[in-house]
Parts: sequence; structure tokens; C-alpha cells
Amino acid sequence: MTFLIRQTLIYAVPLMVVALAGVFAERSGIINLALEGIMIFGAFIGVLFVNIVQQAGGFSQAKAGGNWIALQGFAFLAMLVAAVAGAVFSLLLSFASVNLKADQTIGGTALNLMAPALVLFFIRIIANQNVLNMAGGDAPSWFMLRKTNLGFSRTDDLGFFGETFFNQVYLATYVCVILFVVLSVILYRTRFGLRLRSCGENPQAADSLGINVYKMRYAGTTISGALAGMGGFVYALTTANCSSTGEVAGFGFLALAVMIFGNWKPLNIAGAALLFGLFKCIAASYASIDINGDGVCLLASAGISPHLYRMLPYIITLVVLAFTSKKSRAPKAEGIPYDKGQR
Amino acid sequence: MKEKWSALMEQDGAKTVVASLISILIGLLVGCIIVVIVGLANKVLGIGAAWDGIRLVLGGILSTGRDAVGNLSFGFNPANVGNMLFRATPLILTGLSVAVAFKTGLFNIGAPGQYLMSTAATLIVALSIPTAVVPAPLVWLLAFLSGILAGAAWGAIPGLVKALLNINEVLACIMTNWIAANLVTWIFDGSTWCNMEEFGKTGYVYKTSFNGVETAKWGLDVIFPGSQVNWGIVIAVILAIVVYAFITKTTMGYELVSCGSNRHAARYAGISDKRNIVLSMAIAGGLAGAAAALYYLSGNTEFFWSTYQSLPAVGFNGIPVALLAASNPLAIIFTGCFMSMLNIAGQQLTNLTGYNEYITDVVIATIVYLSAFTLVIKTLIAGRKKRAAGVDAKVIPAASQGAGTTPETGKEKEGEGV
Repeated sequence: MTFLIRQTLIYAVPLMVVALAGVFAERSGIINLALEGIMIFGAFIGVLFVNIVQQAGGFSQAKAGGNWIALQGFAFLAMLVAAVAGAVFSLLLSFASVNLKADQTIGGTALNLMAPALVLFFIRIIANQNVLNMAGGDAPSWFMLRKTNLGFSRTDDLGFFGETFFNQVYLATYVCVILFVVLSVILYRTRFGLRLRSCGENPQAADSLGINVYKMRYAGTTISGALAGMGGFVYALTTANCSSTGEVAGFGFLALAVMIFGNWKPLNIAGAALLFGLFKCIAASYASIDINGDGVCLLASAGISPHLYRMLPYIITLVVLAFTSKKSRAPKAEGIPYDKGQR
Repeated sequence: MKEKWSALMEQDGAKTVVASLISILIGLLVGCIIVVIVGLANKVLGIGAAWDGIRLVLGGILSTGRDAVGNLSFGFNPANVGNMLFRATPLILTGLSVAVAFKTGLFNIGAPGQYLMSTAATLIVALSIPTAVVPAPLVWLLAFLSGILAGAAWGAIPGLVKALLNINEVLACIMTNWIAANLVTWIFDGSTWCNMEEFGKTGYVYKTSFNGVETAKWGLDVIFPGSQVNWGIVIAVILAIVVYAFITKTTMGYELVSCGSNRHAARYAGISDKRNIVLSMAIAGGLAGAAAALYYLSGNTEFFWSTYQSLPAVGFNGIPVALLAASNPLAIIFTGCFMSMLNIAGQQLTNLTGYNEYITDVVIATIVYLSAFTLVIKTLIAGRKKRAAGVDAKVIPAASQGAGTTPETGKEKEGEGV
């Protein structure tokens, strides 16, 4: 059970953050189909940052001396770098869709094509293969938080709660959860959030009240890009052993589905992300999940093909959307370029 | 002469062609700039490699390798041209697939899944029916048709959920893509179709030529020696013409396009928008299916069956092919060839220099990015003329004749594109 919750969180958290990224863009009126591409780009830059710093010898003393606070700071720094990269990359989308009033679906598709192409081009030049890894060691040994870091010994039992949330976890998970809460509050409880949302519903009315729609849409897309870039790196760090391969296994698109399923509302999105995280986790590690702790792996012994487990997240998405899509309500002005002269 | 030129430029088609050409030029330029920057920044490559890289990005199709001294040599290379045509075959068809959906206002990002389902159906039929009993050409035809059917059925799913349950077709397509990838892996996992005979080929399904089924070459191998080209390209071109005729000359095609231009107006006119959405997606799926069928029936291509972690790139590359052609089925023949030409250039780049084929994907992505606003630029031109013509037609008599007709056609094309 501990393992199941921990693994579910690992899959759910990037989904949640990237889905929130989608919310910020769409609530401001821009369809961000490029989430997948921005994730790929963010993951690449984050991994590249880790790789370069390692090669330059940074944090190697911290690693050798077991200074876990410095190592967590390193992980946090890499997340920041990935976020900045994502924000910069997303400017391509905002420029096309805000300034040039281009078709947002095509613009997003272009970024989705661009990111893997650019990333693989550079990875091949840098690493002479199709994958960029850390320069040394692996992600768990560098960035994972263990109970020994918190002053407990290896044999101490922290109880169910402690074992689940404080042993063998990543700082990134908690940073993302906190960010998710803070940004949700900003979106709903501040003046900026209200203005942003109004630009996605009725930009003409917002403009008549003196809100700069272009600026708001830029803000929405840039926050979206930063979150997606960071989410991409978190995905690479926690599930791909901090390596970049020019893809994130469709997580960006899955996040879009989570966003729509969550009806563009943060709380529903958190729930939806946990559901998909659970199924993703089952797909990835069905063979070793021990649900009731009696040493029997129920899912593996059920005799169901692993291919079915891998398919499940996508089938569930379709089924769930089938039930919820009639009620779903997208921001009214999303996808429509803002034209000052229009009434 | 000048007037004739400007009259030609008034036409919407001409504007589209010019806009696409500009996109292509800028895309190639961006590719070259990246090649130069990387070349200068990288000690191993240097300026000499960058110069080689630029020449290959622009003229890779004419590359004939390196001469004795080690310099790049250029000239007519029949193998390259033949391979370009061979690779253009699936690109043209997936391009058509995306374009047909575009015409009905749908974004078919599900071509990879349709392509995969068709691959499975085609290979199973082509390998299962013994050619000792049934003549090989008949098996070929059955395999081709079952590929199309499988693709059409898979394409109809997003269409159905869009029409009946109002699920966004982009999402439904993405989900069906990944379901298809897992399903196909499941079908071939441990099956007898997997190639166990040849050493080191365990990840692949048998080539259809193992059963004696392959697309005829009928002289094309004489014209382009050393290449994989076959008559599949001719079938693709014929299909493009058929789709063009279907869309522009038949009632059914007209209904599809009017649903794309304005779904509500079409319904008001008595056209069943739901039926047309499903139909359009099924046709799109069938075309993507034909792409896979022709590619794998060539007899010299192998399918890597453990594909659940990745989707075939040729499915996604149908999107730029269609966008660059502004969804015109006839133009897709040329844009498909252009894309596969870039593809060949990328291959030459990997083989002959320190660069790799992904730079051509960057070029393609740049072109798609630019094509997002060529539509807009065209609208701007058309919109300004319309206003000018509406407010004061007498002031510009010279342009009035053109302005009277072009804005409308321009507007119509706009609706179809998106």
C-alpha cells in the first residue's frame, strides 16, 4: 500500500502540475496544445543542466559528504532552470497566438513537432546517442529523500504515514503540490487571477474595464509554459531516472485530458490526476504491487495480460470523458484570437 | 505583363502557393542557421562541417556521397530519387487523411493509431493466406483492402465519440493512438508472425515477401536502380486525385466541406452534421490505413512490433504535409514529395556528416509554425480588400473586379483550413 501510494504520487504530480499549466493558458483564452512539447523541452534543459553541473564538478563534494540539503537545493535549481526554459519556449506560442492572431491548434502542433526534433538533434550531437543521462550516478542516489536524511536510522519504522510520505520520496513532489495550491489560490482569490479568468471568458468586456488582454494572455501562457517545463523535468527526474529521450510518453496530452476531465477547475484536476496516476502506476508496476500487504501480488497473479494494464489509462480516460464531456464547460473565449474591434 | 502578374496574385491559390514557398524558405534558413551555430560551437564539427551540412540540408536529394578526396559530390542520384518517391507514398496518404478531416473542421491527430491498426491488419492478412492456394496478387489486394478497413474503423471511433458524446476529437484521437500502440503490440507479442528465423530479428514481423506478397515494381526499379520504389506511389497519386474529385465534384464531398465551414448552417440546410463527422473521420482513417498498407506491402519493409512506447512518426508527419498544402489534395502530392525529400536529406546528413537527421524535423516544425499564420496573413489581405470594396468601390475601380470575388473565396478557404 505504501508503495502504491508513493508510486501513484510520482505519476500524479507531474500530471497535476501540467494540467494546471493548461488551465492557466486556457483560462486566459489560449489553447495550449503544446504542453507535450514544452514538457519535452523543459525535461531536456533540466537534465542538461544537471549533466553540465555534474561534469563541472559542482555538488560532487556534497554528494560524497552526504550533504543532502545541498543536493536537494541542486534538484530545486534544476527545476527552476527547466521552468525558465519552458516559459521561454512557450513564448513562441504566445507570440504566434497573441501578436499574430494565428491558429492556436496549429501553433501548438508546431511546438509539439519542434521540441522533440530540436531535443533529439542536440542530444545526438552532445551524447552521440538518442538519450542524455546524468553525467554520473543515478537519480535516486543523488536526489531521493530517505528517512536516514531526517535523522532516523535505517531500521526505524516511521509508521504508515511516515513511511509513505517521508521515506524514498522526491522533494520535487512536494514543491509541485505546494505550487499547485498556491497557484490555485492565486487564480481564484486574487485580482490578477480574476483578470486572467475574465480574459478567457469575455476579453472585450475585460478590455473595456482597462485590463490589457494581450498582457494577461502572455502572462497565462508564460505561467503555463513554466509549469509545463518544470513538470517535464519532474517527470524525467522521478520516472525516467533523470534522463531525456525526446519524449515524455504522451504525458502532456494526458494532462490535457486531465484538465478537460477536471472541468478546468484545480480541485477537480487534483482528483482526476490522482485517478490517472493510479492507473499509470498500475500499468508501470502491476507486477510488484502488493495491495493488502500479504505478500501476494494480486494484479500479477490475476492472469491478465500486461498489455491490458498499459492500455487502461487511455481507455479509462475515454470512458470517463464519455460520461463527463456533456457537462464540461470550456472557457468561452478560448482559441479565439482577441480582436479589439470586435463586439 | 505586370497587370497579368497582379491578377494572378489576386487568386487565392496563388497566394497560398506564395505563402507556402515563403514558409519553406524560412524553414530551410532556420535549419541552416542552427547548423552553422552548432558547427561553430562544436570543436569536432567546425566551419567545414557546417558548410557540408548546409549543402546537404538544401540539396541532400542530389548527394552522391563523398569523392576520393573526401569532398561532398553532387549529381543525379537515382537511388535517392527512387527512395524519395517510396517514402513519399505513406506521407501523401497520411497527408490526405489529415486534409480530409481538416475539410470537415476536424483535427485528425489520430493518424498514427489508424496507421498502426492498418499495419497489423495488412501484415496478418498478407502473411496468413497461403500464396500456394490463393494467387499472390489477390492476397495483395485483400491485404490492402483490410488495411484500409482497419484504419477506417479505427478512425471512425474518434468520429463517433465526437458526434455522439461531444468528446474533443483531438483527445479521443490521442487516446486511440496509444490504445492502438498497445493493442498492436499485444496482437504480435508471441505470435507466429514474428520473425524468428533470421538472427537478430526477433523484434520484427516477417516481411510480406516471405509469403510472396509484394507491390509490383514494373520498370520503376529499372528507372531508379538501387532504390525501394514501387507502384505504390502511383496508387497514392491516384488516390489523391480521387479524393480531390470526391471533395470538389460530389454531393457527399460538398456536405463534408459545408459541415467544416459552418456546422450549424449545414445542419440548418438539412445536412446531418453528426453523420458527416463520422464519415469524414472514417475516410481519414481509411487513407491513413492505405498509407500503412502500401508501406508494408512493399515487401522490403519490416515492422518493429513492440511499439507500445512510441507512435509512428509518419502519422504525425501527415499534419505538416496537409498544412503546407493548405489541405488541397492535389498540392499534397507535391508537399508529400517535398517532405520525403527533406527526409532523404536528413539521412544523407546522418551518413556523411557529424550532424543528424533531426535537423530536417526542425525545418518541418518551423514550416508548420509559419503556416499557422500564413492563413492569418491571407485573411488580412482579403479582409482589407473587402472593406475597401464595401465602403467605396468607385475609388479603386481597377481592383474592384478582383476584390468583388476574391474576398469570398478567400473566406471560404479559411473555413476549410481550420
